[in-house]
Amino acid sequence: MFNRRCIIAAAVLCAAALAAPAHAQDKSIVVASTTSTQDSGLFEYLLPIFKQKTGITVKVVALGTGQALDVGRRGDADVVFVHAKEQEEKFLAEGHGVKRFPVMYNDFVLIGPMDDPAGVKGMKDAARAFRAIKDKQADFISRGDRSGTHSAELKLWKIAGIDIAKERGPWYKEIGQGMGAALNTAQADNAYVLSDRGTWIHFKNKGNLAILVEGDKRMFNQYGVMLVNPAKHPNVKKELGQEFIDWLVSPEGQKAIANYKINGQQLFFPDADDPNA
Amino acid sequence: MHAAAADLPVMFNRVTIVAGGATILQDITLTLDCGPPTILIGPNGSGKTTMLRAAMGLIPATRGRITWGGRGASAPTRRAIMFQRPAMLRRSVTGNVRFALAAAGVPRDKRETRSAELLAEVGLTGLERRPARRLSGGEQQRLALARALARDPALLILDEPTASLDPAATKAIEDIVRTVTARGVKVVMSTHDLNQARRLAGDIVLLHRGRLIEAGRAQDFFAAPRTPEARRFIAGDLLV
Amino acid sequence: MTDNASALQLLLSGDPELFAIVRLSLQVSLSAVLFATLIGLPTGAFLALVRFAGREPIIVVLNALMGLPPVVAGLAIFLLLSRSGPLGGLGLLFTPQAMVVAQTLLVTPIIAALARQTIEDLWVEYRDELAAMDVGPLRRIATLIWDARFSLVTALLAGWGRAAAEVGAIIIVGGNIQGFTRTMTTAIALETSKGDLPLAIGLGMILMSIVILINALAWLARRAGERYAG
Repeated sequence: MFNRRCIIAAAVLCAAALAAPAHAQDKSIVVASTTSTQDSGLFEYLLPIFKQKTGITVKVVALGTGQALDVGRRGDADVVFVHAKEQEEKFLAEGHGVKRFPVMYNDFVLIGPMDDPAGVKGMKDAARAFRAIKDKQADFISRGDRSGTHSAELKLWKIAGIDIAKERGPWYKEIGQGMGAALNTAQADNAYVLSDRGTWIHFKNKGNLAILVEGDKRMFNQYGVMLVNPAKHPNVKKELGQEFIDWLVSPEGQKAIANYKINGQQLFFPDADDPNA
Repeated sequence: MHAAAADLPVMFNRVTIVAGGATILQDITLTLDCGPPTILIGPNGSGKTTMLRAAMGLIPATRGRITWGGRGASAPTRRAIMFQRPAMLRRSVTGNVRFALAAAGVPRDKRETRSAELLAEVGLTGLERRPARRLSGGEQQRLALARALARDPALLILDEPTASLDPAATKAIEDIVRTVTARGVKVVMSTHDLNQARRLAGDIVLLHRGRLIEAGRAQDFFAAPRTPEARRFIAGDLLV
Repeated sequence: MTDNASALQLLLSGDPELFAIVRLSLQVSLSAVLFATLIGLPTGAFLALVRFAGREPIIVVLNALMGLPPVVAGLAIFLLLSRSGPLGGLGLLFTPQAMVVAQTLLVTPIIAALARQTIEDLWVEYRDELAAMDVGPLRRIATLIWDARFSLVTALLAGWGRAAAEVGAIIIVGGNIQGFTRTMTTAIALETSKGDLPLAIGLGMILMSIVILINALAWLARRAGERYAG
């Protein structure tokens, strides 16, 4: 008797599981995006506004920029919304995307322990700060996951004149995980880490970490959005996807992005009107 | 009262059984027909169990032929066997009997009454709800007997039915053997207890190292054994 | 301490999003167990009762698959269901159904292997009696499954425990989409990475309660088995 009742209960729940998503699928798109947009809380703010206006449910799969683009390459997303311009242009060149629209930027900040063993606090030159960290062999956490933040970090090492692949030591740790995980690790290890400002402000487990270096133009972080090419992947919901992109770059969408604030701080700066972004 | 013709007589015609390279039974010719119990005796390893299983139709003859009522291998509709160590189904006492009744094709609405009758016959009334595997050794043996009787057999095969039972439990089993024999059921059983053989037979079949040494009526066998093996076995010597 | 206190507060407030996450976790894992049972039980019974060439290698592989790493299962189903994969046309990637498929792949070997062992052990015990009672093949399988039911329920619960607790497979094929494919385990992974430890701890507490419940059910099944079957 016992197992019969179990099976019936399971069958009912199962039927519910299969029935539930049917209506959710009516008008929805899959957006492959980055952990920074999710972890910073931007989507939780933007998507309900968009849904109210259009009735379209946006399902966000948050990955590193590299992985997000891969998901787009396989045709598993309708839209990609990432922040690594070179990789995005390669994606377009391969024919996986239709057109890239600049949407907004935020900036990276160098986070580190308040006692600042490498003495970088207040520097305006990010490259100098990176050199100081390397010279002091101060612990540094790298995302190591081909994300936009990872690319930005690698670019900064390069600008600092350091070939990190060769000159790294035990002080340099690649964790291969998202932004939040990197911040958690840095908090536990008393280490330096490059983070996007949005995730940092939203991050709740700050401990003794603080922003040490900010404001260097080379630490700006540009986001772009692209429709996955329907010519290559016929299943792409091009109308709905394009509607989302059009809204993001419309005055209304841009205003919504500018309006997203935590503790009165604006996290993302819309720049859809800047053709070079 | 039984339409015993279906399964009886069981005839072994020059039957040899080889298993795993060893010859277990060799050139056995024997007829088992209606009447008082036939008792298989012989030392351990003489082939008694194999012979009983062959008589049940569970083991085919490697050479020679076994027939039931003149027919070859057939569904054991009117045969039943109780193994030396019967496995108890993981069910209640009555659940075990009802399972056997269902397997024998007794209609569902008759099983309840029939199960109660069979349990009364083997003296297990009152234990119906008990998990079968919680019964004592003697009770398990009697439940196995009830399960065998559920098939309403014309031929009832019992393999060492009282091995490891105390005298009271042994008597209970022997009484049941007498009762069913009186009803016309042919009992074929093995034992290594010569006194039990004296009490119950019937006919005696002596096996030794897979061969049939001597077969005949019990009083003749015990009074005047024809072979030296039989004489030594009755005297209590080891047959090797 | 404060983390734990706010975690408790969150649970007591009956937050609808939290409730939806818990419900999806149960729906996905129980559906996976149901499908894994429908596949694994007959497979286990077949392997227990039928002798054929290649049977033993299959059993070895099946036993090994009990320890299939969830991320490997996730990756395999991802490649299968991806638009560029062989079953891409179904459009199942990043849906709850994809998570059910991945967890079914994880749970089926557990149920099949445990069922095979249980049924085969019982078969060795019952073989002679069932042959003597002239029980046909279908009824034989039904009898073995019914009489092994308490052990089999324990096997199903072991499968459920694995499904409810894993994150590696469903985060890959489900994508951890808020309000759609976010379960307890993927939410814990996400909230931890956001540094939102109270929510992670709260979900962790619910998950632990469910795991304890599963084990309590397994214990009850064993006890019931002893009571009814001896």
